[in-house]
Amino acid sequence: MQQQIVRTEPAERLIEGGHSYESITHKIGSVVLSYKHPKAWYVVTAIAAAGVFMLITSIAWLLLRGVGIWGINQPVGWGFAIINFVWWIGIGHAGTLISAILLLLRQQWRTSINRFAEAMTIFAVMCAGMFPLLHVGRPWVAYWLLPIPNWTGAWPQFRSPLIWDVFAVTTYFTVSLLFWFTGLIPDFATLRDRAKKRISQVIFGVLAMGWRNSAKHWHRYDAAYLLLAGLSTPLVVSVHSIVSLDFAVSLIPGWHTTIFPPYFVAGAIYSGFAMVLTLVIPIRAWYKMQDFLTMKHLDWMAKIMLATGLIVFYGYIMEMFTAFYSANQYEQYLVANRFFGPYAPYFWALLICNGLIPQVLWSPKVRQNVALLFIIALIVNIGMWLERFVIVVTSLHRDFLPTSWGMYYPTVWDWGLYLGTIGFFTFMMFLFVRFVPMISIFEMRDLLHQTDRHHPAAATTAAATPVAHTEVTP
Amino acid sequence: MSVPLHGIIAEYESAEELLHAAKRARQAGYTRMDAYSPFPIHGLSEAIGFEEHKVPWVVFISGVIGAIAGFSLQYYVSVIDYPLNVGGRPFLSWPSFIPVTFETTVLFAAFGAFIGMLALNGLPQPYHPVFNAPRFERASQDRFFLCIEAGDPLFDRVKTKQFLENTGARLVSEVEE
Repeated sequence: MQQQIVRTEPAERLIEGGHSYESITHKIGSVVLSYKHPKAWYVVTAIAAAGVFMLITSIAWLLLRGVGIWGINQPVGWGFAIINFVWWIGIGHAGTLISAILLLLRQQWRTSINRFAEAMTIFAVMCAGMFPLLHVGRPWVAYWLLPIPNWTGAWPQFRSPLIWDVFAVTTYFTVSLLFWFTGLIPDFATLRDRAKKRISQVIFGVLAMGWRNSAKHWHRYDAAYLLLAGLSTPLVVSVHSIVSLDFAVSLIPGWHTTIFPPYFVAGAIYSGFAMVLTLVIPIRAWYKMQDFLTMKHLDWMAKIMLATGLIVFYGYIMEMFTAFYSANQYEQYLVANRFFGPYAPYFWALLICNGLIPQVLWSPKVRQNVALLFIIALIVNIGMWLERFVIVVTSLHRDFLPTSWGMYYPTVWDWGLYLGTIGFFTFMMFLFVRFVPMISIFEMRDLLHQTDRHHPAAATTAAATPVAHTEVTP
Repeated sequence: MSVPLHGIIAEYESAEELLHAAKRARQAGYTRMDAYSPFPIHGLSEAIGFEEHKVPWVVFISGVIGAIAGFSLQYYVSVIDYPLNVGGRPFLSWPSFIPVTFETTVLFAAFGAFIGMLALNGLPQPYHPVFNAPRFERASQDRFFLCIEAGDPLFDRVKTKQFLENTGARLVSEVEE
């Protein structure tokens, strides 16, 4: 059985600036081990910490007063909580796509961004998980969602997508965390060996768990890492498909469609890549990581964003077509209501943010313009949030009977909780950048080794006697 | 009286040198050795004569246990302990049980991969003698090491050292137990 991760020949150099193993290790590792950080780090972290306080306040008030402080009502019972849940979990999905699917597809450019994207997944899923927990109304009995024997004698109802969601999201979070930590072990060992301060040596020593870079360790590590990637790949598809089934299994017009699972998964990847770009662009500039996060990386991420954006846009068109072709008056009214109803501005804004503006990414000039790329990524983030707003609110607020129609207006506490999670997410991401190597150091060394072997002119190590043929063909 | 040895370690500057040296050590008849490198090197574990395929089996068996556990849980809850008529479906409405079964399969298999990899590697391990080797901290940075262990039947303090010195090593030193 072939266990090793077979790496293909890189088509081009993915690391710029004539680096060696030592300089890569120093460049990435010193961000964690030194105490000098760009001013921007302090400014953003302080603002984000304010957001964390806002989050805590919003949750505290919610626990005191109940979900009545939100704008939810009959018929719109889902509101911001579910919009934001789907938005955050979608953002998380790009992390798994980059770390797992691109690994299986042997896309070596993922090496520079996978650690970062996986961290993003973990913090985004944390934000996502808060919303349904708080939305249940009595979070202190949220353990009823889990199959734990309790005094009521009742069990979860396993035919409901909502309970599938509990399993999908908790599994996703756990597996993402295991995958991330597995990837970090060799880097913790590197930091342990480089640390000068006793406290850093002890902390990274404990986290590395005695990792000693042995060939036997690496052998099992490669097998485990590849298998984790292979497990995460169907997992990520299942998670967002199950999220979409929360909607699609119901009978509400606009939700009851079979296109939801693939369309949600594409949307998740779309928004996730937008969030990676939103975070990577400033951090790359502040920490001067342009050698590792090259313009090629930004270009490819922009292309994936464009491609998934087109799939999402196809989803919108199919929804409209299905409504027309179904000859179902409720489905047809839903589409008309989206275009011309009370929430029409949201829908039009969604079409502009997600459908129209990303089309400028066809131009290579735009993809090479970092500032413009950042703005487009922000617009896509907003667009994907609007998409979930339109799906949740326009479907619920006017369903079958005009007597049960209503309107939904978010309150200040809805916004406080939502912006609070953005603060929390940013806060955690910036702590991550500060305390954990933001790029996988050992994979970058491996990438350099691969590249140098195929571009001997650019070799930076003093390899005296290169062995004629070292590759063992699988 | 000298301190007992863990082995003799040689330091190299490139992955190719290490691979070459490991192959030569194998050819010379050494069987108990380990190589250390700052990133996984394709073919290195074969070169030191290490072959093992336990991790995939651990993952597979964990996944099977996860699948059985997930499905049995739902069967017990929905058929035996708390049968509910939901939309006239049979109590054993197995297609609805697939998503949760899938998730528990992945969950258990992922734990199998993580814990299995660590356990087979003997981690966490607070102490290992190879860390006594001079400049070994660079094994996690930019240097490549080959250690022939004292337990090897061919191990000889002088001859093994000479052998390693002839493999193009930058530095050869003894590692204390």
